[in-house]
Amino acid sequence: MLNAKIPAGPLNSKWEDYKGHCKLVNPANKRNLEVIIIGTGLAGASAAASLGELGYKVKAFCFQDSPRRAHSIAAQGGINAAKNYQNDGDSVFRLFYDTVKGGDYRAREANVHRLAEVSGNIIDQCVAQGVPFAREYGGLLSNRSFGGTQVQRTFYAAGQTGQQLLLGAYSALERQVALGNVKMYSRHEMLDIVKIDGKARGIIARDLVTGELERHFGHAVLICSGGYGNVFYLSTNAMGSNATAAWKATKNGAYFANPCFTQIHPTCIPVSGDHQSKLTLMSESLRNDGRIWVPKKQNDTRKASDIPEEERDYYLERRYPAFGNLVPRDVASRAAKERCDAGFGVGTSRQAVYLDFAAAIERYGSIEVGKRQLTNVSKEDIIKLGKEVVAEKYGNLFDMYAKITGENPYELPMRIYPAVHYTMGGLWVDYELNTTVPGLYSLGEANFSDHGANRLGASALMQGLADGYFVLPYTIGNYLADEIRTKAISTDHPAFVEAEKSVQDIINKFMTTKGTRSVDYFHKKLGKIMWDKCGMARNEKGLKEAIEEIKALRVEFWKEVRVPGEAKEFNPELEKAGRVADFLELGELMCMDALNRRESCGGHFREESQTEDGEAKRDDDNFSYVAAWEYKGYGQYELHKEPLVFEECKPTQRSYK
Amino acid sequence: MEHYNMNLTLKVWRQKNKNDQGRFETLQAKDISSEMSFLEMFDVVNEQLINDGKDPVAFDHDCREGICGSCSMHINGRAHGPWDGTTTCQLHMRAFNDGDTITVEPWRAGAFPVIKDLTVDRTAFDRIIEAGGYISVNTGNAQDANCLPVDKNDADLSFAAASCIGCGACVAACKNSSAMLFVSAKVSQLALLPQGHPEKQSRALNMVAQMDKEGFGSCTNTGACEAECPKEISLTNIARLNREFIGAGFSSEK
Repeated sequence: MLNAKIPAGPLNSKWEDYKGHCKLVNPANKRNLEVIIIGTGLAGASAAASLGELGYKVKAFCFQDSPRRAHSIAAQGGINAAKNYQNDGDSVFRLFYDTVKGGDYRAREANVHRLAEVSGNIIDQCVAQGVPFAREYGGLLSNRSFGGTQVQRTFYAAGQTGQQLLLGAYSALERQVALGNVKMYSRHEMLDIVKIDGKARGIIARDLVTGELERHFGHAVLICSGGYGNVFYLSTNAMGSNATAAWKATKNGAYFANPCFTQIHPTCIPVSGDHQSKLTLMSESLRNDGRIWVPKKQNDTRKASDIPEEERDYYLERRYPAFGNLVPRDVASRAAKERCDAGFGVGTSRQAVYLDFAAAIERYGSIEVGKRQLTNVSKEDIIKLGKEVVAEKYGNLFDMYAKITGENPYELPMRIYPAVHYTMGGLWVDYELNTTVPGLYSLGEANFSDHGANRLGASALMQGLADGYFVLPYTIGNYLADEIRTKAISTDHPAFVEAEKSVQDIINKFMTTKGTRSVDYFHKKLGKIMWDKCGMARNEKGLKEAIEEIKALRVEFWKEVRVPGEAKEFNPELEKAGRVADFLELGELMCMDALNRRESCGGHFREESQTEDGEAKRDDDNFSYVAAWEYKGYGQYELHKEPLVFEECKPTQRSYK
Repeated sequence: MEHYNMNLTLKVWRQKNKNDQGRFETLQAKDISSEMSFLEMFDVVNEQLINDGKDPVAFDHDCREGICGSCSMHINGRAHGPWDGTTTCQLHMRAFNDGDTITVEPWRAGAFPVIKDLTVDRTAFDRIIEAGGYISVNTGNAQDANCLPVDKNDADLSFAAASCIGCGACVAACKNSSAMLFVSAKVSQLALLPQGHPEKQSRALNMVAQMDKEGFGSCTNTGACEAECPKEISLTNIARLNREFIGAGFSSEK
């Protein structure tokens, strides 16, 4: 039976109460306790820095050449916090409520409430570190609104909020490296967990430059390796983003929760051809000012500028008058797919909709005219002024669009289409962020805990930093306090030897298969199966087919994969092979989970479960639970259910109309 | 936008490891779409090399949206290629024409040794940050964020400096292999903010000392770094670093 270890008592005092009673480790003992951290994004870097400051001996690992390159860096729009600086009615409760509702009532209330409680501390901490958030002329912090909410609680640094937050955490991490509290292992990839007497006690890592395998001991291991969106091959994730660390944890007994909950982001640049290697997100903040539309006529091949206003269908404003273009991501994505499938798509592929700034440019231009008290201003001048304002707000995004597509978004509406962006599912963790393996923790996107079936915009950065700065440093003490008598275990221990051998066996298999197909060939095939059958809309027949197709692809992979070069050298193809092998297993589990969940909720849309007007229909009687899957051998899983109890947020059908 | 396909000749630096002498190898890139990014063109070339039983070209890349700073190719003599303010991953093939020959090298700098082919070791940058590229504030120490108003102009300048992605193009472009633009961007970001003031002297001194220790050259103000920086970090940051450094030299007892 899964025990989430949620503290007793009223929701708003659980965390205070926990902090007041959890065990502490004295400073002298902290120096002897070693913690291994996998991944140096917002969650990993913030945890490494904070644990280092507390005096633990930390070893941090990342596969990139520097911890500063983790994919948190690419987050654009912002970070939420219940500061209520705008006096618009925000509060810890509102942020908590919005997050649970936005997640379509599939998240654990206690975790989400804690997230909302510490959200304000994150902003304070980041500002103190020198993160240059956007400010108003009075010198105070600026806020904007984001999809799925009606208050302005999002803090941002132009379209580079993730970069600035990560560099803040990275700086704090490097400071601890200099002080000798953290040892950094960049260009290292974790390839297995080492368990001794049922507890996580270390890892096997490969030095990606020399190809040598290394054994590392730790009293605890933290998986902060991000999400698994690259199962789909095409996603907004970085090329190296992978599920290997989380998957090795799964194979070592950590349950994997809600794997089918993937977020398809509505505003991405559409696919241009078979050569496409990744998709690029255009920040959701664009929906604050941009209007989304398609032609009212099917298969309309006219240029956007030739389609008059009355022949445009602003379908989000039409279907959801209360939230309009600011509906949550899952709703916006499905609405775009619905229009394109019905033949109203635009662009050469017809798999795109317009995101139009013409109205915003004119509106901002007029405001500027008023602000500057100008008279006799021509329409052209208003537009020019409006473009300047839009450039200040979104300039870097517009430049990125222009570079990728070769089109000028100040003149033409942008073409956008949904793409895989974030995974709400991940390693199952209890209130203390501990997986089902004692001493094995998971933080940030790698765990499943806070976003339910759909994540709201600007909440990923919040969760990563909450976990690393303000949650784990407390909860891990509660575990390590009982480990102070555990001396560092020699890496000659048989458990290390055995784990290293199993890693070596897999590498040998890759190097000796000498098949006919590249790793990418298999990755692309897997991605297509997943996108077609386990993407924005899923049904029983498709999912069953997908499971069979993935099984067959896996067999072919192990027979036909070709990995060039040597194992004992810098070999990016070998790295990819290991990651794709894990995706081929995880993809199947995602389909199994999607098949099991015969309801629609958040990003998971089962065609069999929808309302008459095509909205997602939840089934709380049968599916108000976390689906946690236990690995039982290659391709075999057992489902465990953690019932979800809602004391404060009574589930209702989400409505953004 | 009109699309077209092209055939290209690549002269690519191949080097098995840091001890290998290295040499240029000529490779053909066929049926390349003008819509591809420069790295997607390399994906096509590598797929062909793998199918032919050869070793693919190793290069650093990750986010492919111009923000992680991993990609690092010296293309036709320019860091990140012909487009201003653009990383290699955002450079698209419509910058080239059918029949072009393109020379691709790794960053060239003593402080960035080659790991393999186009991949170099940039950990020297991490060590420079370790030397002082931070504000010493432990988690939990912070006061309310709005207790410390920051002049908007300073905040904007700080942000502009902070947009550095640490790719190393400034070093690759510099005839002296100086890392002054990189160092000055971090020093400026923090010196412009009140939070960064208490440590601003020691920060400038320590980061410059580490830069010298890593073997980066001196700055002679040629401005090649600014011209090639994909994030268009301004040369005025170097002037600010020099002010901070000289000021610290006169007044610091550290």
